[in-house]
Amino acid sequence: MRILVLALRRVAWMPPTLLGLTLIVFTVSHVIPADPARAMAGENASTAQIEALRTKFGLDKPLPQQFVRYVTDVLSGEMGVSLYSQRPVASDLLSRLPATFELAIAAIIVAILIGLPLGVVSALYRNSPLDQAVRLVTIAGLAMAAFWLAILLQLLFSMKLAITPVQGRIDGWGPDPITGFYTVDALLRGDWEMFGTSLRYLALPTLTLALPAAATIVRFTRAGVLNVLSSNFVFYQGAMGIPRRIVVWKYILRSALIGTLTQIGLVFGNLLAGAVVVETVFSWPGLGQFAYNSILQSDYNAIMGFTLITGSAFIVVNLLVDIAQAVLDPRGR
Amino acid sequence: MSMWRRLLRDRALLVGTVIIALLVLVAVFATPLSTFPEHVTAFDPAQRLKPPGAIFWLGTDRMGADIYSRLLFGARLTILIAVVATTVAVLIGVPIGLVAGYYRNWFGEMLMRVSDVFLAVPQIVLAIAIAQTLGPAIHNVILALSATYWPFWARLVYAETRSQRNEIYVEAAIAMGASPLRVMVLHILPNIMSSIIVRTTIGMGGTILVAASLGFLGLGAPPPTPEWGRMIAESREFLPQAWWYATAPGIAILLVVMGFNLLGDGLRDVLDPRIRRSANRAP
Amino acid sequence: MPPDAPLLDVAALSVSFHAESGVARVLDEVSLSLRPGEIMGLVGESGCGKTTLARAVLGVLPPNAAIDRGRIVFAGEDLLALSPSEAASRIRGRAITFIPQDPYGSFSPLFTVGDQLAELMRWKSPERQPGEGGYSRARRQRDRERAVAMLRAVQLPDPERLIAKYPHELSGGQRQRVMIAMALLPEPKLVIADEPTTALDVTIQAQILKLLRGLIAAHGASVLFTTHDLGAAWEICDRVTVMYAGQEAETAAVATFFTRPAHPYGRMLLDSLPTQGSALRGIPGEVPNPFAPPSGCRFHPRCPRAAADCVAIHPAARAPAIGHSVRCHHPYLDARAEPAR
Repeated sequence: MRILVLALRRVAWMPPTLLGLTLIVFTVSHVIPADPARAMAGENASTAQIEALRTKFGLDKPLPQQFVRYVTDVLSGEMGVSLYSQRPVASDLLSRLPATFELAIAAIIVAILIGLPLGVVSALYRNSPLDQAVRLVTIAGLAMAAFWLAILLQLLFSMKLAITPVQGRIDGWGPDPITGFYTVDALLRGDWEMFGTSLRYLALPTLTLALPAAATIVRFTRAGVLNVLSSNFVFYQGAMGIPRRIVVWKYILRSALIGTLTQIGLVFGNLLAGAVVVETVFSWPGLGQFAYNSILQSDYNAIMGFTLITGSAFIVVNLLVDIAQAVLDPRGR
Repeated sequence: MSMWRRLLRDRALLVGTVIIALLVLVAVFATPLSTFPEHVTAFDPAQRLKPPGAIFWLGTDRMGADIYSRLLFGARLTILIAVVATTVAVLIGVPIGLVAGYYRNWFGEMLMRVSDVFLAVPQIVLAIAIAQTLGPAIHNVILALSATYWPFWARLVYAETRSQRNEIYVEAAIAMGASPLRVMVLHILPNIMSSIIVRTTIGMGGTILVAASLGFLGLGAPPPTPEWGRMIAESREFLPQAWWYATAPGIAILLVVMGFNLLGDGLRDVLDPRIRRSANRAP
Repeated sequence: MPPDAPLLDVAALSVSFHAESGVARVLDEVSLSLRPGEIMGLVGESGCGKTTLARAVLGVLPPNAAIDRGRIVFAGEDLLALSPSEAASRIRGRAITFIPQDPYGSFSPLFTVGDQLAELMRWKSPERQPGEGGYSRARRQRDRERAVAMLRAVQLPDPERLIAKYPHELSGGQRQRVMIAMALLPEPKLVIADEPTTALDVTIQAQILKLLRGLIAAHGASVLFTTHDLGAAWEICDRVTVMYAGQEAETAAVATFFTRPAHPYGRMLLDSLPTQGSALRGIPGEVPNPFAPPSGCRFHPRCPRAAADCVAIHPAARAPAIGHSVRCHHPYLDARAEPAR
């Protein structure tokens, strides 16, 4: 029952935070530019078009009124029209959301699968050659620009070795959408060939995002396990002869997992940040590539829409992580 | 503690310091150290996309400019952006955090809520929006980075100030009649200084990465500014043949960020007392 | 094994710790023996080596410790000759169990008390055959009944509800009672209790001690009970070994120790117990540095009876009476005077 209260309290924080985000984006898009209407209309717009836009979006009204208008617009899904595609920004963004999420989720899974065991083993065999190698690699991994890693991997695997495709999400059309995740949809439809193809396209972008994330996971998993290793219950279980493998893989790992969950929000944030450039390199048709194209086109509405959507998605994910953590750690109850 | 452990730790500090020192030296002495200092702005299309060789140590880019020289001048830019953006963020965020943490009034709480919103979103997402609005220029990049970084400092210092606020030495200082400003600056601040220094160092590395990403996306300074991220972006269309074009700036970024991270880690080991670190217990 | 042979015989055990600042002789030729069913108190200040001795017997010394010399013979077996896996499976948690000082930290916070009890019983239940892989439902059920019965024996109300709780939901006293239960469930021959009441409130301490004494008597186990609290030793122990600077200074029956302490250190310890109406007495000087101990008898810098031979020669154990041994060149032989008012 206490979990419910906790969850509700956390959910209650979401609207103000989202509102705050909207305020920030509003300030950036409507307050900072000398002439917001001109920015939104684009470089090639005529004076008449700019004035028309100004009246249409009420940009000549006082700021507080504009803000209210802006919020109501956003809530009804109206984020302006993309200069580039001439479609509503909102629909453009929503259609690209699944691609980015598929990438992000795949990357988190891979990062945990790589990072968690490495972190545990690294801590168990502290200062061994393996541990030192792992630490060196993670230090380098965290210092690498994500886009550079993407280009390097692309150079090696796609261009030189030709194992993975250079760009894109699929060759031709993807599976008929159920979830919007090509891999999942292909599986659900029993289309093994398509499943394989979509995996091949997913592989390199996922790896690029997953490696720095894995480095982060290794670091704090290692620290967490080292901390737990010196705790009294580990000593007690050893003193009472509980088999070491049970102590490590049942008790210590559980503590490490909880610690990992705490940090997943942070890792996810880095992933989203990395997705922008990684999608650009691999022409992965997600939010990140959308942002890049919009920047190239100076597509103002699109960029602001991207900021709102991405920010909101991140806030929601963090909320879910918070709730999950409260559920899993009995001391919170 | 075994010899290896100590060596690795000290080595981190050593390597980090060396790298950053080299970076500063390169930035300051870019002109004499470079082979073609004029290639920052000038170019020579006849020499475009040449591989590394005797004349052009790291090859040339699409405009025929010497990559090595541009890299050196790019170091100046990198330091400028990292130092200024981080410093501004610290200078704004630390006082805000101190005041908010000390007074715990509604104004401070409100500022913290604002900070939370900024922190609720990945830095680059907001930085893109701001940089796009302001236009492509180095000072706009710095502005965008500072504007999205100060909330981190405000939050950090707020939390630390709050916990220090209840310590006995603060009560004693107040009892002896010290003004709030005195307590904040002369008593609390020195105690959290080591944490600030360590994170500033590591933060510079992170700032460089975000700045490079902005440059890669085309939001940084316009060409022909030798910004490392932009150079990598330019190289994309000439891959895989002109591999050196992408490799050199990338390695530069890697080394510099690693340098800051190692330096920060080393400083943490030197500055933080052992006791504080072991006080945090995992579940 | 002959009927009057000791259950535990520690012979001239020397253990050193290796640190950056040098090598510390934490245990120096310590000898100790424990009969079946006997409760032996290991008494001493911090750093005297009592915890190290307890851990050495248990076989859980830290990685930077080295056993330089000596033997630990338990129920006829040389514990030091066992392989680590044998020691872990056959001895620890079965023949020799452990009651820790910190009952809170000794539980994993993420599993219920019942889960952790079940884990112990899965591996250490008296019914378990050596090398048994699985955990049959029948045995699981019987183990559960055993556990609940034992929880009642340690005077925990409503054990069925309690085992569903998490460690942080119990009080300190309750947790320690569970620890005692866990130490007795495997039906051990020897229980090693490392300052089991130090972390508890004073009012609870006496209760726990009485409980422990009763249960030990009922189960017929021996106990090695480390403490720095002489009162606790008086309450529960049959015999006492006083340790100082890594050596056993004196071993005696508890009544003998409290009335006729032979070693000057022991005598001064007893004198330093606060008594009503008189000033506090301490022991002058400091505990010696284990990296650079004094020559000869380690206590000589602080001893009122120190003489030339104390500085030069290391005292061997001698016995002023049966069952009473002391390491001193000039031990007290008379009864202890009541402290002056």
